[in-house]
Amino acid sequence: MLKYIVKRIGLAIVTIWAVATLTYFLINMVPGGPFLSEKAVSPQALAALEAKYGLDKPLWEQYVTYMTDALHGDFGDSLKQRGRTVTSIIATKFPVSAKLGGTAVIVSLLVGVPLGCAAAMNRGKALDNIISVVATCGIAVPSFVICTVLMYFLGVHLNLLPTFGLTSWKHYIMPVISLAFYPTAYIMRLMRSSMLDVLGQDYMRTARAKGLSQKVSIFKHALRNAILPVVTYVGPMLAYTLTGSFVVEKIFTIPGLGGEFIGSITTRDYTVIMGTTIFLAALMVVMNVVVDIVYKIIDPRIKLK
Amino acid sequence: MKENPISFQLKLNPDDFLPATDDEKQSLVVMRESVSFWKDGLRRLRKNKVAMVSLWVIIIVMFFSFIVPIFYPYSYETQVKGANSLAPFEYSIEEQARRDAGEFVFPHVLGTDKMGRDYAIRVMVGSRISLTVGLVATAIILVIGSVYGSIAAFFGGWIDLVMMRIVDIIYTVPDILLIVLLSFALKAPLAELAALPGFGWINVVGTNLISIFIVFALLYWVGMARMVRSQILILKESEYVTAARALGAKSGRIIKKHLLTNCIGTLIVTTTLQIPSSIFTESFLSFLGLGVAVPLPSLGSLASEAINGLNTYPHLLFIPALLISLIILSFNLLGDGLRDAFDPKMKN
Repeated sequence: MLKYIVKRIGLAIVTIWAVATLTYFLINMVPGGPFLSEKAVSPQALAALEAKYGLDKPLWEQYVTYMTDALHGDFGDSLKQRGRTVTSIIATKFPVSAKLGGTAVIVSLLVGVPLGCAAAMNRGKALDNIISVVATCGIAVPSFVICTVLMYFLGVHLNLLPTFGLTSWKHYIMPVISLAFYPTAYIMRLMRSSMLDVLGQDYMRTARAKGLSQKVSIFKHALRNAILPVVTYVGPMLAYTLTGSFVVEKIFTIPGLGGEFIGSITTRDYTVIMGTTIFLAALMVVMNVVVDIVYKIIDPRIKLK
Repeated sequence: MKENPISFQLKLNPDDFLPATDDEKQSLVVMRESVSFWKDGLRRLRKNKVAMVSLWVIIIVMFFSFIVPIFYPYSYETQVKGANSLAPFEYSIEEQARRDAGEFVFPHVLGTDKMGRDYAIRVMVGSRISLTVGLVATAIILVIGSVYGSIAAFFGGWIDLVMMRIVDIIYTVPDILLIVLLSFALKAPLAELAALPGFGWINVVGTNLISIFIVFALLYWVGMARMVRSQILILKESEYVTAARALGAKSGRIIKKHLLTNCIGTLIVTTTLQIPSSIFTESFLSFLGLGVAVPLPSLGSLASEAINGLNTYPHLLFIPALLISLIILSFNLLGDGLRDAFDPKMKN
């Protein structure tokens, strides 16, 4: 077990390093720099700016300096937003995205798991058919479609909900629905098929035969086993809600990390691109490792390789 | 011979021992005609109504996006003067005048956008881009993934170990994050490359499309590689591979002739299910403005453009949005049908 954990963590560190390095050289591959777009910068001022941020040194030296600083937790200053460090930008923007994404994850689990179970327990009946159709359609609809359709009907047409910002609980409804839609549909399908699988097992018949009530046998035996595949999906789902929020944040103009990332790419704010990429990548990779380890602990049948 | 009443002697009729006629022989054959892998799968697919409907939807969408634009009277980039933001089947003043004069004017079936471009043709060309991206990207993924996976599985040992660690790393890389970065970073180098002699074709295809293809080629083959590897690990233990090896077949021949052909069912299914996910990602990128370049439309960028006018012209948004959902749904359902037909083991 310990060996497995050490190996996974080692792999995670290599992945984060690879992403950081790739990102670093990718953004430096793009011709032009962060200060070129600003109008009327004299050559002297440009040179001074570049010297200030160390952009005049050779690329390799910049890379080593950046990585050493990053290892010490210093991601530098933003090149575009004067006087703000990348760390402070992430610290203010990330909680917004995290609240949104976290709510979406919880909602999709709370909706997806019970509905998937209900479908499996009523196999072949109307409820099962309805849930299956909804789930199949649900995974085919891109999030921007849901966002815009919701916005048109609830926000613009009926004027029920606010269409931008994130200040009250009402503001959360539409972004959370759009963000949770795909994972919910996916969890419903996953839960339905794994529940069907478990319900057909011998130990379920044994549990009923020894006199356990339907309720106890479902909650104590079936659910615990059927939920395992959903646990493995939590890692990818987290990645999805974090990156899926790029679109949602753009449409509902929410000041989150996703919007910041896209924005920094278009304005070529090198340090912010690097900081957010490393942060998001590390978050996703670490979550995946945690989910994998938790999975191995709760399901001893999985062999540790 | 005198019959003994208590003996077990049989009374045999010599007629029963005549050679059988051809008709009698035929009636004893209980084997049906042997059915090939493809015939069997297609027969099962044809019975699956949902999959067949999806297949027809895909064929119809393909017909409209690849063939109809060739002879459609409007082009996706020409702006019709005075025909800005028309509703479906509405005519501009000038066109109405021509119609009153008895001339036939092809209607704007889906209206026009705010620059006066016919929307029907834009949607058709947009879905052509989305489909092309889906198909080409999937082909790239299929080739890289199956070759990589089969090499890793076939040679095993430390080669497999190293190759699979690389896959593990790419697998954990946050894909959307890198796609956004790559499609942005690749634009300029590709544009430079296109300016060189002999690389003019890059401009024909469009730098954005190529960078999307590169992104897919770099990141998305890992799932396919894992799938192929696990299949081949099972197949390579089978007796006929040992037999082929004993007969002196080279590794390349065994991979091509025995291993890949035997996991073709899995490959078909995984490929079909990869197409919608490629289309999904392309629309996501285009929606964020990182996909195909203007004036070329894609379903994602059409939806993105339409958001600003959502109040007044909702149909501009709903048509591409519905179409992209329909395309993805059809491919998903067709993939499920193919899985049931060609790869019954994978059915859960």
